[in-house]
Amino acid sequence: MIIEFTINGTAATARVMTPASLLDVLRDQLGFLGSKSGCEQGECGSCSILFDGELVCSCLVMAGDAHGSDIRTVEGLAQDDSLHPVQRALHEAGAVQCGFCTPGIVMAAVDLFEGNPSPTRPEIKEALAGNICRCTGYGAIVRALEGLARATP
Amino acid sequence: MTTKTDTGTTPLASGIGESPIRPDSLPKLKGDFQYVQDLSMEGMLWGATVRSPHPHARIVSVDIAPALAIGGVHAVLTADDVPGRATFGLEHPDQPVLASGSVNYWGEPVAVVAAEDADTARRAAAAVVVEYQVLEPLVDPERADRQNSVFRRTRIRRGDQDVSGSVVIEGFYEVGTQDQAPLGTEAGLAIPDGFGGLDLYATSQFVHADQEQVAASLGLRPEQVRSHPGGIGGAFGAREDVNLHIHVAMLALHTRQPVKMVYHRAESFAGHVHRHPARMWYRHQADETGRLIRVEAKVMIDGGAYMSTTGAVLANACYFAVGPYHCDSVSVDGVGAKTNNPPCGAMRGFGAVQVCFAHEAQMDRLAEALGIDPLDIRRRNALSQGDPMPTTGQIIDTPLPVTDVIDSLKAMPLLVAEPGDDAHDLPGGSGRTTEAHHVRRGIGYALGMKNLGFSEGFDDFAQARVRLTPDGATVETAAIEVGQGLVNVLAQIARTALGISRARVEHVDTSRIASAGSTSASRQTQLSGGATFEAATNLRRKILEHYSADHLDDLGVWGAGELVASLDEISSAGWEETVTFRHPPTFAPDEDGQGKVHADFAIAGHRAVVDVDMGLGLVKVLRVDTAQDVGRALNPQAVRGQIEGGILQGVGLAIMEELVIDQGQIRNPNFTDYLLPTILDAPDVEALLIEKQGSWGPFGAKGVGEPPTISSTASVAAAIRMASGRPLNRVPIRPQDIVL
Repeated sequence: MIIEFTINGTAATARVMTPASLLDVLRDQLGFLGSKSGCEQGECGSCSILFDGELVCSCLVMAGDAHGSDIRTVEGLAQDDSLHPVQRALHEAGAVQCGFCTPGIVMAAVDLFEGNPSPTRPEIKEALAGNICRCTGYGAIVRALEGLARATP
Repeated sequence: MTTKTDTGTTPLASGIGESPIRPDSLPKLKGDFQYVQDLSMEGMLWGATVRSPHPHARIVSVDIAPALAIGGVHAVLTADDVPGRATFGLEHPDQPVLASGSVNYWGEPVAVVAAEDADTARRAAAAVVVEYQVLEPLVDPERADRQNSVFRRTRIRRGDQDVSGSVVIEGFYEVGTQDQAPLGTEAGLAIPDGFGGLDLYATSQFVHADQEQVAASLGLRPEQVRSHPGGIGGAFGAREDVNLHIHVAMLALHTRQPVKMVYHRAESFAGHVHRHPARMWYRHQADETGRLIRVEAKVMIDGGAYMSTTGAVLANACYFAVGPYHCDSVSVDGVGAKTNNPPCGAMRGFGAVQVCFAHEAQMDRLAEALGIDPLDIRRRNALSQGDPMPTTGQIIDTPLPVTDVIDSLKAMPLLVAEPGDDAHDLPGGSGRTTEAHHVRRGIGYALGMKNLGFSEGFDDFAQARVRLTPDGATVETAAIEVGQGLVNVLAQIARTALGISRARVEHVDTSRIASAGSTSASRQTQLSGGATFEAATNLRRKILEHYSADHLDDLGVWGAGELVASLDEISSAGWEETVTFRHPPTFAPDEDGQGKVHADFAIAGHRAVVDVDMGLGLVKVLRVDTAQDVGRALNPQAVRGQIEGGILQGVGLAIMEELVIDQGQIRNPNFTDYLLPTILDAPDVEALLIEKQGSWGPFGAKGVGEPPTISSTASVAAAIRMASGRPLNRVPIRPQDIVL
């Protein structure tokens, strides 16, 4: 089937030949390689995107279900050289190591801050509980987002 | 020409001791960073692997015809198609590239296919018909030992073997199988060069070892294989061994097309080596003041079906079996068993993790028996520079601040609130099943010690090249950036050594530079950092000499306060310097395990605070504070990142991470059932860095990657023991171990 949807504000079309996931379509057909595949079963959160405004693991979304949807991925956040505040906070706190989880962490944090500009520490942890990071121990990520929460009036 | 008095370099905001933002941070945050998983090429085929469903079987026949009959399939290769050496291996080439005659572990590769897309490749792999005669697997390492099915035995005897102490503590300990679980699975892309050779981009910690092994099995000269450093989604030891490298290269040469392969998570669990599970028996004898008189240990690790690095892991476990403590009568016997379990190899801590869990439990029990504080008994026995290693007798000739670590842990304020009613803070996390009155708190301590760099006489070296270009200095290296921040620290070293604020790291392939060795054993900051420091220092000296100058900075070279030549002018002259750095030599041990076996050591200590629900057996790790010997923190932020990340992997081994292996088969090869710590499981961490000058690393730096993972596990176990009163001689500690 042919599916049509909006990705980062731009119309996109994909031909779905097999029971592919939305992540497969994003990565393999459309070249949106920012979302990562880490576990294929919605446990690690590396493929997190905003799907009609909702944070989802794109590996768990059937590509066919994306027809008519509005999708935001990590590639759509920074405008030229101006980072999204979440990206800037993580950048400055040294919260990136191998970086494989980073796009998913960014999307989960964007989802959190768009709904709640000054979350508490437990709220930050709750919001990122679906994203596994194997490198950082999460310390720098928490410090970055707590700093951003404090900086947001 | 003679040099005028060298004025030294000016401290730089982006030099050592600072924490400049790493250069790959921005692309990683924007989703632009290219991992091996993201590579593709015009006309590229996809590979897939046929794996054994049995841990032990005779291969009766392999029928590839059904797979070849599928449209879009370009090749199906078996052991008969391996052009060169049929086997590979880091220590000893004992592992078949593709199984021939028999399979010896669950998931062992039997055939590989290449097809036009990934789905077709996987369908074709499933269509290969392998007929097996199933054999009984050897899964018990003790039985393997009795049958002499072993990779290595080690024996350490030091001092008078007939002494005894008034207090005797005996114990048996066990460590389950941990997986590195890097977030990026294995991936590789091989591109034929049209002249019989190829370019290989693969998830690797050691591209020169890959090059050598791929070339051998493909029957090529090493220079025909160019192994490229790629974007890596974590490693932790899982990428030191070859896995898909030879397969993807074989398929590419056979089909004369680029071939890419990416493992799914389940295949990744079967496709890389794990941390060795261990069984350990200990007997400590001490006098009434708590001074260690004699330590005896028997250490058995299960290497699985093929050797990988089992010999070195076993040796390490035995060398560090006593921990960072004095003892003049030591006996350690080690066995690395060969079974039909999944092969085990390198993981962060490399043998030191397993014995640390045991020797620290012993120290706590000794302290309890004597009524001595756990930190005091450790301090009473603390090793330091100038002492002989309790196991090998090697005189420790670099700083070993064990007492500083202990005193720091003792002095660190205990920043933790009393157990409250907020469900977020109680064991059970989002389950919210714990009631506060079931909760008991425990505090535990542990110290861990490990070697840095390769040992036992291995010729351990790293080459680096520093070039001056119009954009500043470039450090060329084949050392792998796995996430730890080498891409930052080598540039910082070059900046400080040269006195120039612009420097970058370029990861180059095996044709452009000699080996940097493996990104393992906490060694790259010291080894590749040492090569970078020497190359940059030599380069600066040569430039100053050439221009009869006394100072180099961002503007150029200066002599007596006058600019002699601008940086642009110098850069266009093509200055470069290549250095191969070696650490102080080490030697193979004698028959009693004695000798100068190691080049350097690091030590860390951890204090864990836990709350335990005694009814449900759930554990919340509230804090793990640490003091760590780092020599010199070249990038404090990166050091902290290693400490926090390493501690969490140690917490994982203490309470949640275990590969469940039943009759040789991994029962939980996925992230739903192999539990990794999430942000809700992560303790708060206060880290104190202990900097003592004297190591041979650049600016006195020591490796920092592994120590956080060594004693954190033992400290959490000690805290749970204190809270629960249970002996808990096995990690990971499961709820039933606490409740039942």
